[in-house]
Amino acid sequence: MHSTEKPLSDNRKSWLLLFFIWVLATSGTAISLFFSEIVQLPVCVLCWYQRIALYPLVLMLPLGLFPFDINAVRYITPLVIFGWLAALFHVLVVAGFIPESAQPCVQGVPCSEIHFTLLGFLNIPMMSLLTFTIIGLLIVMAKKSFIRKST
Amino acid sequence: MNNKTLFISVAALIGIIFIGATAVYKSQQTTSVASESLPALERIGAPVKGGNQAKVTIVEFFDPACGTCRQFYPLLNNLIKKYQGKVNVVMRYAPLHQGSEDVVKMLEAAHLQGQFWPAVELLFANQQRWVEHHVSNPTHALAGIKTLPLDQAQLDKDWQSNKVATIIAQDIQDGKTLKVRATPQFFVNGKPLIIFGYDELVKLVEEAIAEAY
Repeated sequence: MHSTEKPLSDNRKSWLLLFFIWVLATSGTAISLFFSEIVQLPVCVLCWYQRIALYPLVLMLPLGLFPFDINAVRYITPLVIFGWLAALFHVLVVAGFIPESAQPCVQGVPCSEIHFTLLGFLNIPMMSLLTFTIIGLLIVMAKKSFIRKST
Repeated sequence: MNNKTLFISVAALIGIIFIGATAVYKSQQTTSVASESLPALERIGAPVKGGNQAKVTIVEFFDPACGTCRQFYPLLNNLIKKYQGKVNVVMRYAPLHQGSEDVVKMLEAAHLQGQFWPAVELLFANQQRWVEHHVSNPTHALAGIKTLPLDQAQLDKDWQSNKVATIIAQDIQDGKTLKVRATPQFFVNGKPLIIFGYDELVKLVEEAIAEAY
């Protein structure tokens, strides 16, 4: 099979797309850790669900980059879908479309609370939704641009 | 640039930005409350205990329904005891839990009869009886407070009075000014407890004592 596939250089575009997903995931991880660990903004439970989906990408993607293995997208897609859904839910909670039933405890934080807003609309859940959306699109693009020479 | 170099440089870049941002943030971190917000720390008549002439004042924004506030209560008593006369504690209401607003009104009504500390101790000790799933039940709390030796009719009248409502509103407003997002939130001589924890609080108090005495 190996000899029938195109050499790596031909698939540089999909490699770069996969690499860009890693850059996004890693930046997102760094930003979220910055806000929770350095600025010490409280992390609500929905943020944790999104983190569960985002953080593994930082470690998983390099395995698909070196050596390049397009199948990596197969393994990250479920995480990205899960993260996207959690982020969407979170955005809807913040917007008030979904009521938050139980008020969490002292150590807990209501997810509907917003601590930080950029440009008037870009709060952290919104950034997360945007990141997962872009990652999703990049996955599709990486897969499409990959040329697998079939025999 | 080959792929490996690209990967390593970007990884290093993200790392450097993270460390840089951390350093910038830490250097800008204020260790004391902005001077225009300082008046928000005080309200004349707020419950206070400890040394009359104490030069170190711990202001605690608390919610009687908050479990961590309950756990910190004996620790605060320890501090008052340990630094006899040098430390006092001022309690400000921050009813963040659902239903707590009425409960703090009852506490303030008890305070009017000089029974704030017994009442708050009672509420903390029996928290599980009047707080369910982080929601306060004012009826249960009131029943608890009424076991104290106080004028019950007066208490009923007071907790629903405008006077008490104004006091609570003032504390809530001051909490907002001071960005109190969680309870307990401590301020020691105007300095907020930035990293939360008992040891950190003790350290902040010790520093304030060293400065004042």
